[in-house]
Amino acid sequence: MTPALRCVGLRQKFGDTVAVDGLDLEVERGEVFGLLGPNGAGKTTTIRMITTLLPAPPGAIQVMGRDVARQRTAVRRLIGYVPQQLSADGTLTGRENVALFARLYDVPRAARAAQVAAVLDAMDLTEVADRPSKTYSGGMVRRLELAQALVSAPQLLILDEPTVGLDPVARDGVWDRIAAIRAATGMTVLVTTHAMQEADEHCERVALMHRGRIRAQGSPGELKDALGPDATLDDVFRHHTGNALTGDNENGGMRDVRAARRTARRVG
Amino acid sequence: MSALPVAPPAASAETEPGPLALARTVASRVATTCLVELQKLRHDRTELVTRAVQPALWLLVFGQVFTRIRAIPTGSTPYLDFLAPGILAQSALFIAIFYGIQIIWERDAGVLAKLLVTPTPRIALVGAKAFAAGVRAVAQAVVVLVLALILGVHLETNPFKIILLVVALLLGSAFFCCLSITIAGLVLSRDRLMGIGQAITMPLFFASNALYPVELMPGWLQVINHINPLSYEVEALRGLLVGTSARLPLDFGVLFASAAVMIAIASALLPRLARG
Ligand SMILES: Nc1ncnc2c1ncn2[C@@H]1O[C@H](COP(=O)(O)OP(=O)(O)OP(=O)(O)O)[C@@H](O)[C@H]1O
Ligand SMILES: [Mg+2]
Repeated sequence: MTPALRCVGLRQKFGDTVAVDGLDLEVERGEVFGLLGPNGAGKTTTIRMITTLLPAPPGAIQVMGRDVARQRTAVRRLIGYVPQQLSADGTLTGRENVALFARLYDVPRAARAAQVAAVLDAMDLTEVADRPSKTYSGGMVRRLELAQALVSAPQLLILDEPTVGLDPVARDGVWDRIAAIRAATGMTVLVTTHAMQEADEHCERVALMHRGRIRAQGSPGELKDALGPDATLDDVFRHHTGNALTGDNENGGMRDVRAARRTARRVG
Repeated sequence: MSALPVAPPAASAETEPGPLALARTVASRVATTCLVELQKLRHDRTELVTRAVQPALWLLVFGQVFTRIRAIPTGSTPYLDFLAPGILAQSALFIAIFYGIQIIWERDAGVLAKLLVTPTPRIALVGAKAFAAGVRAVAQAVVVLVLALILGVHLETNPFKIILLVVALLLGSAFFCCLSITIAGLVLSRDRLMGIGQAITMPLFFASNALYPVELMPGWLQVINHINPLSYEVEALRGLLVGTSARLPLDFGVLFASAAVMIAIASALLPRLARG
């Protein structure tokens, strides 16, 4: 069986900035895979290439065996995507937000209402489903976005920093939902984060990304064991990059701060 | 959790969609966007009212004053009747231009990325936006027309003409919405777009026949007026609403062609906007 995702020699430049610099990655079907790295490592750029938002050359990316450059529409049908920013439409209710995506993914009319209700229920949003989503907390918006991404029954779920900006309870809520989704559907999940601790707890395999490249790859346990008895994933990361985990790229950091503020204004 | 939808048997479309499938998708996405637009309007009805303030001022103040002082000769048509369709077009123009600003905001908030990742061709997305702008414009038009009726403007009630009026509003809004998206795709930043948006809407408005008859314009302005789609929109609206002379086939031809061209250009620029 082909892997859920295969990237070969992925590259992306923005002017003089090399955001992704020869990235190779393989995600097996059915696993929760973490792409880890500090601000500016190139995680979002990689995801934007996988999700067809940025062009990739033929042969560079395959999702479930389909080439992203050649079978774009087919690949889009296979993917569920939650971007880094909180991006639900505040004026619409939770249910309307999810129903919109059911329509955009051509979920048949007969199945639509039931499917929308099912994903809302799975994300524990049934009670608030008919309230405008601008009244939701950050954790609820994230769960709403998961519901939006799930309503089309994707085979590869891609989450860009799903827990950033959430309090510890909301963070656990998101990880618990991710685990439950995987258990119920066998879906493959690709998730980015810069929280090593969370990845250690919740991902079966991880890839450590730094300056556009994968520096190490494996299960958190393997990576830690290779370094020493008491090593944490943070130590593993420092070992492979010789660098602190805090942002090594001011630009990336600034853009995110601005984006987060805008999102806050919009959702709040 | 067992109720979660599970992946359907092999995704139906393995190859890129042909023209027929594309047309079906466009129609479906336009319908979806139209529905969402109406849902949003339902949740935020105050917007209809706040957006009616400006056209109301134009009709009440500008319209009343200039009717009284007879500064602008409009033949046998009272000035207020002449002005009402112009203000209708103006409010549609402002709404449409706002959609380009909105799309930059949607990009910054990640909404555009989420939409572009769905199996929706760019042209369907832009077409849907264009139509949504039209839907808003029509909803707004109802408010402006009621206002005009209250002020004593004599309006046509022929249902066929009303349908044509709706079509003219949809086409005009599609053009200006896509013009705004195109500029957004060129300048890529919200601040710059806000500036440019303001810098073009007023000139578009003043360099049209919305406020005064073409014959009163100086030569150079008449030239701009002739290439300004807003003028054709106003001429059509005016002909349909208050029965002034209008070259309807020409007006609708220009509106249709300019909307089609602009949708194509905006679609081509959309990936640039998502990338930037
Ligand atoms: N649209 C763009 N234009 C110019 N430079 C960009 C653009 N997008 C990303 N970059 C640059 O590419 C590099 C990688 O950015 P990217 O957003 O992929 O990082 P990231 O790993 O997602 O970081 P974060 O944790 O902050 O989200 C950064 O140096 C960033 O400034
Ligand atoms: Mg990122």
